[in-house]
Amino acid sequence: MDGQLTVVQLKQKANDIRQDIIRMLEEAGSGHSAGPLGLADILTALYFNILKIDPKNPEWSERDLFFLSNGHTVPVQYAAMAERGYFPVGELQTLRKFGSRLQGHPERTKLPGLENTSGPLGSGLSQAAGYAYSLQYLDNAKHRFVYVVTGDGELNEGNIWEAAMFAGKYKLSQLIVFIDRNNIQIDGSTEDIMPLEDLRGKWESFGWHVQEIDGHNIESIIDAAAMGRAITNRPSVIISHTIPGKGVDFMEYDYKWHGMPPNSEQAKEALMKLRTLDGKITSGDFA
Amino acid sequence: MGYPLNPNVYDDDVKQEPIRAGFGRGLKAAGEANDNVVALCADLTDSTKMSDFKEAFPQRFIEMGVAEQNLVTVASGLARAGKIPFTSSYAAFSPGRNWEQIRTTIALNDMPVKIIGSHAGVSVGPDGATHQMLEDLALMRALPNMIVLAPGDSVEAEKATRAIAENGKPSYMRLAREKTPIFSTDDAPFEVGKAYVLREGHDVTLLGTGTMTYQLLLTAKKLETEGIHAEVVHVPTIKPLDEAAILASVHKTGRAITAEEAQINGGFGGAIAELLSEKLPTPLLRIGMQDRFGESGSPDELLEHFGFGHESITKKAKVFIDSVPRYHQAF
Repeated sequence: MDGQLTVVQLKQKANDIRQDIIRMLEEAGSGHSAGPLGLADILTALYFNILKIDPKNPEWSERDLFFLSNGHTVPVQYAAMAERGYFPVGELQTLRKFGSRLQGHPERTKLPGLENTSGPLGSGLSQAAGYAYSLQYLDNAKHRFVYVVTGDGELNEGNIWEAAMFAGKYKLSQLIVFIDRNNIQIDGSTEDIMPLEDLRGKWESFGWHVQEIDGHNIESIIDAAAMGRAITNRPSVIISHTIPGKGVDFMEYDYKWHGMPPNSEQAKEALMKLRTLDGKITSGDFA
Repeated sequence: MGYPLNPNVYDDDVKQEPIRAGFGRGLKAAGEANDNVVALCADLTDSTKMSDFKEAFPQRFIEMGVAEQNLVTVASGLARAGKIPFTSSYAAFSPGRNWEQIRTTIALNDMPVKIIGSHAGVSVGPDGATHQMLEDLALMRALPNMIVLAPGDSVEAEKATRAIAENGKPSYMRLAREKTPIFSTDDAPFEVGKAYVLREGHDVTLLGTGTMTYQLLLTAKKLETEGIHAEVVHVPTIKPLDEAAILASVHKTGRAITAEEAQINGGFGGAIAELLSEKLPTPLLRIGMQDRFGESGSPDELLEHFGFGHESITKKAKVFIDSVPRYHQAF
């Protein structure tokens, strides 16, 4: 984008997005807290650095694509889109309300800028793979990239591994996937519910280039995406280790916040904590 | 002007061809007409007759392996990229296996993906109940945004394929494995959403879809010899229904019989029952699978056993006509 944000500015933007998420969820009275907070850094890096997009022209024919596969984390995407200028930030307060363009799970036909409709898990990666196939084999558009965010609990779904096999077979090198490896799903820890490890080995064996990063380190996220674009003979997956509820200490690491919004008291406390982080980010105390 | 029926339709040696063969020709023609048409298959390329397209346009054919969930969701992504994807498998697997993916990423997402379910109905034969898809019409008819088609012969299937390639909507089309007698002609009209009166009559309306329309023509011919004048209406588009044409016929005859090689619950018969009970309450008989699964056997044995043949339908029709009043006498 024009006038690229510095890393410090990106961290501040991620913190703004976290505050947007808390306000949206409190107002909505339902929705998921932990996942969106944990993904704030990745979505900030995507919308404010990685993606070639034009918020004023969402269907720009030269754009990069972003597919959210774990649709329940959409509050973070809505917040990132609003902060990026797709629609007014004030509209975020309509999340999950009657008549809103911001449906509880993302619907492409409702909101310009969304590339897909998701919620039922496991099918966003396939949709992204279909688009990436088109760019690589049908459209001769090697300069455009398709980015995906999936959850880790979502990897329980068979559809994901069908897509992984497909992308591996066709060496979809313009496909770059971030896995939100936060180790929680609704019923508990991912390794208790349905173990995913050896996760790196699984993707490698399907023919993917695999990176592992700290999913809260903006520079790592940007670098990993650049590496993904540089790998020209395989699809790329970036296992992004994140802390569910990141930034709000009483939500962090606790799977109970997976599917729960804050009440007004909790929201007030969460916003206070996030605001204190702002100062730390500026002074360099918050990594 | 009446519908131009195949002049040999009532002959014993009427020309027959699998409906899927018409799809194969239609897809190739659609690919010639529009570069955006692409085809995806789940390891059944010859069976579903995508092979014609694959041969003509190898660059636009995508082999998906035995992965029906991925088949339709990758197609959704291709549609987002501006393509017109046709997906094919057996109907038992697509839409049988992957209905939720179709619902979310194609119907709700309003993507112009074409889902081709081949080998539908009991006439699949020896493969048995697992492969005899009878619930696809009900499954797909329930989805908003979805167009649902069951062409009656290969000539019509070719036209239907070309039509849905250009309709810009999510569409489902069911095909059958066995040879089906050809009742239509190259000159016969076909438009998505239209029903066609194949034979006029005033005693009962016989409404057929897919492979069953031909059986209804033979039924009507037999009834004629017994002084019963049946009107045969072919309904290749199950959704949206051509309500005006169907109601006009039933208004004239006062009785209706539906026939489909599918479950009577929720399928074509269900659609007609809903229409008539709301707009023109009429005595109705639904010919179809009577809420049970099929089994192995030859196609002819099974069609006979489950009552899909014209002789069985004729018997049931006579009992029905003798025992029920016309709608305006009933209400």
